Amino acid sequence: MNDQVRYWKPYVSPLDPCPPIRVKSFSTPPQLFIPFQPPNLPQFTPFEALKYGTLWPALYSPYGGPKQFRQEEGET
Amino acid sequence: MWVYEKKLQYPVRVSKCDPMMAKFLLEQYGGADGELAAALRYLNQRYSIPDKVIGLLTDIGTEEFAHLEMIATMVYKLTKDATPDQLRAAGLGDHYVAHDNALFYQNASGVPWTAAYIQAKGDPIADLYEDIAAEEKARATYQWLIDITDDVDLQDGLKYLREREIVHSLRFREAVEILKEKRDEKKYY
Repeated sequence: MNDQVRYWKPYVSPLDPCPPIRVKSFSTPPQLFIPFQPPNLPQFTPFEALKYGTLWPALYSPYGGPKQFRQEEGET
Repeated sequence: MWVYEKKLQYPVRVSKCDPMMAKFLLEQYGGADGELAAALRYLNQRYSIPDKVIGLLTDIGTEEFAHLEMIATMVYKLTKDATPDQLRAAGLGDHYVAHDNALFYQNASGVPWTAAYIQAKGDPIADLYEDIAAEEKARATYQWLIDITDDVDLQDGLKYLREREIVHSLRFREAVEILKEKRDEKKYY
């Protein structure tokens, strides 16, 4: 279960023309939950930090696209 | 569907004959952060936003149309009795030759309204943050409009509209908090 994704169930009408997508998802990346970054957060190694684009795991937001969202929805 | 009440949300009084103020008020009529842009932005974003906040966008988008009517009333009162010469002196000569005394969706500089002013990104967080920013920009615009007139009755209406921007901003911020919650998680108190 990824903390950075939220799921919701849109209304599905019996009269919808297309097969319904019953669960939709959207990103809730970490900056939404950090009003002001506290000092001394744990850090990635320099190599990881270069790869991920941030020095801090708390700020890292992996994004796997809609496919990732759908897989997680299956798991939950 | 809407039900229309044939009255303004808050009474509009204009006491000073100042057609140039009509030109400035157009910023809130057909400007980038104006009431038309706000109403259309929210009422359009509703369709793809999680259902918990659809009603909020409907309510606020509807109220923005009520504000649009108030601005229109202010502009109309300030221009309906102006002669072409007076409109020209107020910087509205170009408006007169294109529109006579009609209102038009353009900003204070005469730039016509465009859908490029608004956005629907489909990402609920991005859309709500845009809405919060739009409310703050509209609040600031009202402040500068209040500053640029000394008509206390007009200022009264503008102060009411400024306060509504503040309330709307908070409601959008609350909507973000609602979307951050884990919806299907059970809560124990």
